[in-house]
Amino acid sequence: MTKRPPRVILAKPGLDGHDKGVRLVAMSMRDAGFDVHYLGLRQSIDSIAAAAKERDADFIGLSVLSGTHLRVADRMLQKLREEKLRCRFFIGGVIPKADVLRLLELGVDNVFPVGTTFAAMNQWILEHCEE
Amino acid sequence: MAEVKQFFTESGMAVKPLYTPEDVAGISYDEALGHSGQFPYTRGVYESMYRGRTWTMRLYSGLATAEESNARYKYLLSQGSTGLSVALDLPTQLGYDSDNPLVEDEVGRIGVAIDTLADMEALFDGIDLGKVSTSFTINSTAIIILAMYVAAAMKKGTPIDQIAGTTQNDMVKEFLARNTYIFPIEDHIRISVDMIEYCAQHIPKWNPINIAGYHMRESGADAVQELAVVLATAEMIADETLKRGIDIDSFAPRLSFELWTGTDFFEEIAKYRAARRMWSGIVKNQYGAKNPKSLLFRVFAGGNGITLTAREPLNNIIRVTLQCLTSALGGAQAIHTPAYDEAIATPTKSSALMALRTQQVIAYESGITKTVDPLGGSYYVEHLTDELVRQAAEKMEELKRQGGLMRAVKEGSLQREIQQRAYAAELAIQRGERTIVGVNRYQDEEADSIEPPIYQADSGVRDKQVSRLRRVKEQRSDTAVAKALERVRKDCAAKVNIFPAVLEAVNAYATVGEITDAMRAVLGETIQPPIF
Repeated sequence: MTKRPPRVILAKPGLDGHDKGVRLVAMSMRDAGFDVHYLGLRQSIDSIAAAAKERDADFIGLSVLSGTHLRVADRMLQKLREEKLRCRFFIGGVIPKADVLRLLELGVDNVFPVGTTFAAMNQWILEHCEE
Repeated sequence: MAEVKQFFTESGMAVKPLYTPEDVAGISYDEALGHSGQFPYTRGVYESMYRGRTWTMRLYSGLATAEESNARYKYLLSQGSTGLSVALDLPTQLGYDSDNPLVEDEVGRIGVAIDTLADMEALFDGIDLGKVSTSFTINSTAIIILAMYVAAAMKKGTPIDQIAGTTQNDMVKEFLARNTYIFPIEDHIRISVDMIEYCAQHIPKWNPINIAGYHMRESGADAVQELAVVLATAEMIADETLKRGIDIDSFAPRLSFELWTGTDFFEEIAKYRAARRMWSGIVKNQYGAKNPKSLLFRVFAGGNGITLTAREPLNNIIRVTLQCLTSALGGAQAIHTPAYDEAIATPTKSSALMALRTQQVIAYESGITKTVDPLGGSYYVEHLTDELVRQAAEKMEELKRQGGLMRAVKEGSLQREIQQRAYAAELAIQRGERTIVGVNRYQDEEADSIEPPIYQADSGVRDKQVSRLRRVKEQRSDTAVAKALERVRKDCAAKVNIFPAVLEAVNAYATVGEITDAMRAVLGETIQPPIF
């Protein structure tokens, strides 16, 4: 039986325009055979949740390089609970080490700070796809 | 047969094992180089270069509130910084006020929040605007920020023909790479030209635009693409300005540039030299400029943040030192050095100071400033310079053949090109084909545990900013604001120069958000579809 490829929604929440990283991540996920959609810039938490619902996503990945990761994570987690969405949620970007722990404590499933390899990210996705 | 190891520059030029007089045999000194301060300015835009005056040392900074930034600026000035470089928060860059619920998380992050003229006044409190030069990293809302700076100077009694500085205001690179655009690109370009026109007439020491290759390089473009796009943008801006009947010599001297200093030492130095040679040729031959100042490619060298690593961050101090040396040997007029902790967070006071000290050590201790263009005449550097000129000119021709710069940007073909290159470069790093010390080679697992102190933004910033905004709104005249905003709308619709209307609005203490909304109402908003 062939496994369904992981369905991933990627987005840039807020006003931050630094999207090189997330675009490259999207390319690597596509090359890894994932079903990946990058929603683009200036996405609201609501629009990200709606896209995840519509595409029945397994994962939501948000890219934040503007220092707003804690607030963004908080809002996204709240939205996921409200909407009873069961997808896993990860964050990437410029994240200080102390905040990585805080994000994990908040309930973010994984954090990929600048410097994470595509291989490590994609491996994690594969490992957490079919539970 | 033994395998021959191949070497390439970062933009993909094959590098020979040894360069000799043969490699520069076809290069005429007078035609291709010239003395410094003489056409085609390859060796430098000024005759004495750093012997006369070292480069302007800028550090990009802006923190939370105007007061906090003001204190940082005064500190940097007291430590010998000679120019201010203002970072603005994203709501200001995109035309939203601090009390807008849409931007709640972003007020005072990554830069200072500016809502009204009151913030601009606080930002420069106690700083003589007739003496400093101030560079604003502002694009979509540049016309509002410049108007506020002008208004703040007027209030201090500084004549506006004395204020000096730069607004970035390069919208092409926003659509290509940096992404803080609001309106359709044609409207943005027209507003940029409004600023060029107004400055040519009233603010002679202001650089209304800084055409930047920096961001496309951070996004993955190579040196050839950078040169071609920057010069094509400059041509397009010049063409649009000339259409208004403004003489080339009245605005070309104030077109300024920013290039990115990458890691390929000699290629990057050659690039700065190539840019000067190409631009002077374009302005002289294509536009018939008569004023020698029109021919100068005056450039702000942006030290790059993208090659700084989050792992073993202290290594970045060495990387930044090399960047600064590259920029200085390239003959830059102003240099930015990033702080070593940039890949981790907003720089702290001590990391920002170290970035400044890096420049000072190179300027005052290394001896490289004693003579102009010390690498001029190097077989390798001259060959690279010539080759970059040739390849960038070819790329510019290719852009023209494909329908021009605007079309390439609007259709996303340039963005795709840059992105493919970025992906290939990133894969090369991740596969270890390209060495990044401490990241994919010579990693020390324990070194990773060394974490520098991290700048903590004050979480009460938004509250402070919102209450100040409320006070300003209570004290201003609503009638004057309404009247000024109506004029902004009217002038926007009539496509006349909107600077005077914007200046009236900021003087009435209209907010960045209100003025941008007045423009949005006429021009609409745009967002590019994601490319991946």
